[in-house]
Amino acid sequence: MLSPQLNLYVVIALSFLVSLVLSVYPLPMDMRWWRPEFVLIVAIYWIFFMPLTVSFTLLCALGLFQDLLEGVPFGQHSLGLVIVAYICILSYQRVRNFSIWRQSGWIFVLVGIAQLTDNWVQGMAGRPLSGIQFLYPAFTSALLWPACLWWLNSMTHRYQP
Amino acid sequence: MMVLVVVGLYTDRLEPMREKLALAVTPFYQITDVPSRVNDWRKDTFVSHADLKLENEALKTELLIHQRKLQQLASLAAENVRLRQLLNASQMLQDTVLIAELIGVSPNPLSHKVIINRGSKEGAFKGQPVLDAFGLMGQVIEVGETSSTVLLISDSTHAIPVQVNRNGVRAIAEGTGDLNSLSLRHVSTNTDIRAGDLLVSSGLGERFPIGYPVAEVQQVVRDPGKAFLTVIAKPMARLDRSRHLLLVFENRDRASVPGALSVTAVESSSSAESVSSSSSPASSSVGGAR
Repeated sequence: MLSPQLNLYVVIALSFLVSLVLSVYPLPMDMRWWRPEFVLIVAIYWIFFMPLTVSFTLLCALGLFQDLLEGVPFGQHSLGLVIVAYICILSYQRVRNFSIWRQSGWIFVLVGIAQLTDNWVQGMAGRPLSGIQFLYPAFTSALLWPACLWWLNSMTHRYQP
Repeated sequence: MMVLVVVGLYTDRLEPMREKLALAVTPFYQITDVPSRVNDWRKDTFVSHADLKLENEALKTELLIHQRKLQQLASLAAENVRLRQLLNASQMLQDTVLIAELIGVSPNPLSHKVIINRGSKEGAFKGQPVLDAFGLMGQVIEVGETSSTVLLISDSTHAIPVQVNRNGVRAIAEGTGDLNSLSLRHVSTNTDIRAGDLLVSSGLGERFPIGYPVAEVQQVVRDPGKAFLTVIAKPMARLDRSRHLLLVFENRDRASVPGALSVTAVESSSSAESVSSSSSPASSSVGGAR
């Protein structure tokens, strides 16, 4: 049997793996705007509720891997992840006390910020900018937050050290 | 992090790393492909005898029709060779293809890329043209060992030299970021081009082979206030539906491709072989992706 601490790390690694798979799961071309930022919300969860378990270096590496996976310019997702992670670290004590839908609202803002940096990098790469569409993932991510909270809470409670 | 973004965007330094790491990425796309494979397997396995018989019948009929067309093609190909000999033109080359299967779609909504299950191991190379059963789809832009990434012609950073099949007018078709439309760049207002025209690849730029259907002109707008025509065309290839793609090897680079098949089943008479030496072996990489 693994030690509880190790168990938690396995859970964290597993949750990131699942989110990475979900982030490349094939969707119809027109539906791709609505894909929630799975990796980002899982990262936000871990920072909110276990701020000591995920480091910025890990998040950087994770972001780089996501860039590789999605075939976008290196640094796009890690930039967004690191910026959002910093805001999360500053605010997690307050956010833990929010009601669930208020947390969702906060997630909307955070994912929106990450989407904004994504859009900057995409703009630098010469892609046409897309109007308000780039906020769709923030919207769906916010809607997904309660489900994500429930799933990851049940995982952590089971493997709590 | 910003430095990394800038280095990655404006230099090629990170490219080799990306190619090596592509190996780590492939499993993710294979995992996400599992449901559709299960679905394929289900369709293949749980099918009634009657349905199979019906399908078999339909395929036989289709084969017959195609064979009839091929008979004509053989004589046409031979005639083409003779005419080209008369004109002293170089021999049209037959292309060989390798069948690839789509295993993933780029999750980035701003780019039109797909991931296929062939890589450098099977001989895929950067800049290789990709077709589906209906027309030209795009080109390979990243090659890993067992998978590669294909940029579709509708991507907003892609352009392809084309010509109108009816009269040979040349133009450049650019992707617009919309799956169902390409736009032609710098077509002067007195050009003979109308809705319904078929655009085929012109072979200029030496990246795409000549003569594959690319798009059909849908709309031509003559705005007196503008210097050029606005021409919108719809890609012939089913960019969002095709699962089986063809990687094209032009004859000059087919030498060692395991498992590649010939596109045209007809061997155009012995006279074809005799003149084939006059073909141009140059292969530069001008054009294609902007």
